[in-house]
Amino acid sequence: MTVTKTEALPVRSGDDVVRVRQRVRALAVEIGLGLVDQTKIITAASELARNTLDYGGGGDVRMETVLAGTRKGLRLTFEDQGPGIADIEQAMTDHYTSGGGLGLGLGGAKRLSNEFHIESTPGSGTRVTIARWK
Amino acid sequence: MDRIPILKLGGALIVSIQVDMHDRLALALEEDLTAMIARTGARGVLIEISALEIVDSFIGRMLVSIAAVSRVLDAETVVAGMRPAVAITLVELGLELTGIKTALNVERGMALIQVRLSEEDDGHGSDRDRHED
Ligand SMILES: Nc1ncnc2c1ncn2[C@@H]1O[C@H](COP(=O)(O)OP(=O)(O)OP(=O)(O)O)[C@@H](O)[C@H]1O
Ligand SMILES: [Mg+2]
Repeated sequence: MTVTKTEALPVRSGDDVVRVRQRVRALAVEIGLGLVDQTKIITAASELARNTLDYGGGGDVRMETVLAGTRKGLRLTFEDQGPGIADIEQAMTDHYTSGGGLGLGLGGAKRLSNEFHIESTPGSGTRVTIARWK
Repeated sequence: MDRIPILKLGGALIVSIQVDMHDRLALALEEDLTAMIARTGARGVLIEISALEIVDSFIGRMLVSIAAVSRVLDAETVVAGMRPAVAITLVELGLELTGIKTALNVERGMALIQVRLSEEDDGHGSDRDRHED
C-alpha cells in the first residue's frame, strides 16, 4: 500500500472540527468516493475529531490518500496526548459515555468505516485510525 | 457570534440550517428556539436541513433535545429535507431521532404541522396526540 498524499490539521477547537469535516470531504471527493461513502467518512471523522477535542484535550489528525493495487482509499488518524482510555471495550460499547454524550461516536465511526483501529495508553494518549476504500 | 435566523409563520417556527454548524452555533440555535417557542406559543417547529452534508451524534443530539423541549412546551418538531445519504449514515451511526417527525421537504413538513394546528382549532388535537404516543 502506498500513501499518495499526506496532510495534517489541528483539532483544538470547534472550528477545527468544522475544518476537518471540510477537508475530509474534499479528499473523499478527490479519490472518487460516492456520495454515501463520503457522508459516512465525514461523519466518522466528525465523531473522532470531537472525541479528540472533548476527551483528548485536543490533538491532531493526519489525512492520507492511499493506494492498494488499483484501490484508492482515505485513511485518517486522530491522535491526542490526553488521559487515554482505560477500558477500550467499554468505550467502544454503544451508549457508553463518560461525558453526557450518546455514546455512539466510537462504535458509529467503526461501523461507518471499512477499517478501524484504536490504541490508547492511560496517561499518555489515544490514537484512532479509520479508512474508507473506494 | 452569528446565529441562525428563526422565522415565525402562523403558529409555526421555521429554521433553515444552511451552514456547517460548529458546536456553539448549534447550542445557540437550541437556546433561541426554546426561548422563541415559549415567547410565541408556537405549536410547531420546522427544521429544514437539506443543506446539511452530515448529521453526527452532536447535531443529532441537538435535534432530539430541541424536539424534547418543544414537546414539553406543547410544540411538535418536524425535520424536513434530510438528504438520503445523511439518513443512511444516521442509521449506521446508530442514532435514533426519538420524538422527531421527518418529512421529505418543507412543503410536506409544513403540511404535517398544519394538520396539528387545524386539529387544535377543532378542539381534539391533544386527544389524538395521546393516542399516537
Ligand atoms: N480521545 C479520547 N480520549 C479519552 N477518552 C476517550 C477518547 N475518545 C473516546 N473516549 C471515551 O470513550 C467514551 C465513548 O466515546 P464515544 O465517542 O463513543 O461516545 P461519547 O463521545 O461519550 O458520546 P457521542 O460521541 O455519542 O456524543 C467517551 O465518553 C470517553 O470516555
Ligand atoms: Mg464521541
